[in-house]
Amino acid sequence: MNYELIGITVLWTFLYGYIIVASIDFGAGFFAYYAKIKKKDHIINDLISRYLSPVWEITNVFFVFFFVGIVGFFPAAAYYYGTALLLPGSVALILIGVRGSFYAFNNYGSRNSTFYLFLYGAAGLLIPASLSTVLTISEGGFLKEIDGNVIFLAKELLTSPYSWSVVFLSIVSVLFISASFLTFYADRAENNWARKTLRQFALFWSMPTIVASLLAFISLQMHNPEHYSKAVTEYWWMFGLSLLCFGAASWFIYIGKRYGAAFIMVMLQFFFAFFGYGASHLPYILYPYISFRENVTSDAMAAALVVVFILGLCLLIPSLVLVMRLFLFDTDYVKGKKK
Amino acid sequence: MELDGVMLSRMLTTMTLMFHVIFATIGVGVPVMISFAEFLGIKRNDHHYLVLARRWTRGYTITVAVGVVTGTIIGLQLSLLWPSFMEVGGKVIALPLFMETFAFFFEAIFLGIYLYTWDRFKNKWTHWLLTLPILLGSTASAFFITTVNAFMNTPRGFEIQNGETINVDPVAAMLNPAMPSKVFHVVASSYMTSAAILAAIAAFAILKGRRGHYQQKALRLTAACTFVFSLLTAFAGDVSAKFLADAQPEKLAAAEWHFETEKGADLVYFGTVNEDGEVENALRFPKLLSFLAGGSFDTEVIGLNDIPEDERPPLWIHYMFDTMVTIGMYVMAVTLLFVLMDRAKRRNALSKPLLLGILAAGPLSMIAIEAGWVLAETGRQPWIMRGYLKVAEAATTNDSIAMVFILFALLYLVLGIMTAVILIKMFKNSPAELEIEKRYPNRE
Ligand code: HDD
Ligand code: HEM
Ligand code: HEM
Repeated sequence: MNYELIGITVLWTFLYGYIIVASIDFGAGFFAYYAKIKKKDHIINDLISRYLSPVWEITNVFFVFFFVGIVGFFPAAAYYYGTALLLPGSVALILIGVRGSFYAFNNYGSRNSTFYLFLYGAAGLLIPASLSTVLTISEGGFLKEIDGNVIFLAKELLTSPYSWSVVFLSIVSVLFISASFLTFYADRAENNWARKTLRQFALFWSMPTIVASLLAFISLQMHNPEHYSKAVTEYWWMFGLSLLCFGAASWFIYIGKRYGAAFIMVMLQFFFAFFGYGASHLPYILYPYISFRENVTSDAMAAALVVVFILGLCLLIPSLVLVMRLFLFDTDYVKGKKK
Repeated sequence: MELDGVMLSRMLTTMTLMFHVIFATIGVGVPVMISFAEFLGIKRNDHHYLVLARRWTRGYTITVAVGVVTGTIIGLQLSLLWPSFMEVGGKVIALPLFMETFAFFFEAIFLGIYLYTWDRFKNKWTHWLLTLPILLGSTASAFFITTVNAFMNTPRGFEIQNGETINVDPVAAMLNPAMPSKVFHVVASSYMTSAAILAAIAAFAILKGRRGHYQQKALRLTAACTFVFSLLTAFAGDVSAKFLADAQPEKLAAAEWHFETEKGADLVYFGTVNEDGEVENALRFPKLLSFLAGGSFDTEVIGLNDIPEDERPPLWIHYMFDTMVTIGMYVMAVTLLFVLMDRAKRRNALSKPLLLGILAAGPLSMIAIEAGWVLAETGRQPWIMRGYLKVAEAATTNDSIAMVFILFALLYLVLGIMTAVILIKMFKNSPAELEIEKRYPNRE
């Protein structure tokens, strides 16, 4: 059976899931800090914490799932990335550590410290920036193999326009995804002031998202023409659909109706772009060293992982539905009437 | 000792794991206690136990958060620091690691629900039922991660031919021989340590003069649980030792300073080794080691001299072993004494020396956990995968590791201090009495 395709699809889907739920979380930190310095925190921040408190751990597990899955399905990729990314990986880890624990300290422990909120908000933008460099590195050109040692070319990364365009794209996308979700959530909570503010955020960040995507495309053409041409010849329709969804989402937010549909459109926008990017990236997981066909794990392990994955989903999906019903679709909870 | 990449990688791994294991242990054991308390509260219609469950849960959210972030760090750090090991290991032992993430999912989801639904269900038992998936999830994650660790000690389920890993059997790798005894001991000791820490907190409150029913009930419940779990832990430790005698004799021999292979081996307690390699200043229990290793006083126990010199673990792990066992015995004794005195309705169960003894049992148990892990991991030296891959061959070739080590040391320092400060503040700002009165104004 074609385990490598199943494996990469599963992992990519979870990474997509992480990008959506984590963006909501990361962006929320930024908005919470913004509201705090504007002294509007009592309105927005209650709303944000009502959504985030029950789910931030689940968000983190999406990430853990992704990297554990890579080690399982593509152990050689773990070897290359592991050797190369000691420094940037550690920095991202420290940021994640600071952010997660400070969230808990602030939220369950002592409330309302501006300093915590600042660290929390800043880390929320730096983490996507540093994690996105892994995708940049996967395009090739930033690693070198000398006598069996994998070396990371930090200077090349820091001076590459492509790398910066990806960083920029990741930050604005986080803010856009987050704002459009929180607008929807504020709308459900019938919290007019929060909805109004968050809607403005969403509109504000929509244009930069598209500009950043275009920049990323252009610089990809310079950096990895092979990937670029595959993206525009074979998968152009994915990116086209993505643009359409973006248009629909912005329209809904602009006319101020159907925020739920708007958020679904945002999810689809990123779905098409992300899978279009991923599909055109194949067969390489790390260009040109690791290809998903040659470096997949043994059939026995892959089969076991797939079986466990299916069993796991049977456990996971009903539980997630339960969480959504209790915290996302329960209007009384969203409005803060239930504790 | 040279501070090369291997040494630094080992130091960083040790530091991260030893920090994580504090929170992981609490994460595995405390849900059990929360579940007990809420169960008693509903069953006996006793609001004290319900408040107890709530307060434990609140503290637990903080420790879980630190457990989650440090766990995330380890998960990635293992690939960053030991890429060769993760490449070989990933081919063979990825299955339980993958299953562990589902256990995390399960626990995280239901913990989220549990925290925010205290008063949401009409039937009180519904909320209690939510403790079961949490408990299951956290114990399952301990199970799966310990399977991986057991695999490092007794690798199974693959063959190596011309440098290639072939005939991989993930299930055989997971159900390796070291797995049952290790899992049993790790889970039992986590339960024991968590109960002991909660007992220490209750004892501390009573020592401070807060001698209400609430504190006394908390102490009775936690001390009794600590005692039962410490029995289980000691039994599991005995099983582990018998397993080592059979499958990893060099680890047991180093832990016991047992040099000559012989029947009727003595158990050496503490002591020192002189230049000629003879044990001095030690307490000797005749033939007890044979009993520990094989269940009879004349079992033959393999000594270190029969192990190739470059495969002997360092001798200092002996102190780790003795520390762990001593603490185990102490905790068992002090909680038994409390339970007996309490049963006998003699009022001095709350006497100051006994309370101080229970107060000490909490931190001591955590020290036993740390000592146990250092024993288990260092006792595997020089191997990272026993018989296949040595530690020195597995470390990263990257050279920025010294700086990374310092960064993480700072992170753990900050996290450790913050956790303590937040927890203390959290409970100081809302004393139990006040909370009871607020939630149950009409009850005594
Ligand atoms: C509260 C903690 C605690 C206590 C009181 C004990 N242990 Fe323990 N011990 C552990 C916590 C622990 C541990 C942290 O769970 C370890 C580390 C790795 C492992 O598998 O379990 C461990 C490892 C460990 C090992 C090495 C297992 C291996 O590497 O495969 C042995 C032989 C024992 N223990 C034996 C004992 C005995 C005979 C005890 C008598 C009371 C005892 N332990 C008490
Ligand atoms: C005694 C040994 C260990 C125990 C009992 C243990 C248990 C736990 C627990 C209870 C959590 C919190 C999970 C949650 O609530 O989501 C956790 C987190 C984690 N642990 Fe450990 N752990 C141990 C050692 C390790 C080791 C050696 C690794 C590395 C492979 C590891 C990897 C992780 C990861 C990745 C997380 C984060 C999961 C998340 O984000 O939810 N643990 N661990
Ligand atoms: C997934 C399971 C685990 C993996 C892959 C793993 C890996 C390693 C590695 C690579 C080292 C460094 C090599 C060495 O010095 O022996 C090490 C050492 C160590 N590990 Fe584990 N470990 C695992 C489980 C655990 C757990 C659950 C703990 C408990 C906290 C732990 C505690 C330690 C300690 C204390 C050391 C230092 C030993 C020394 O001084 O050499 N390990 N481990």
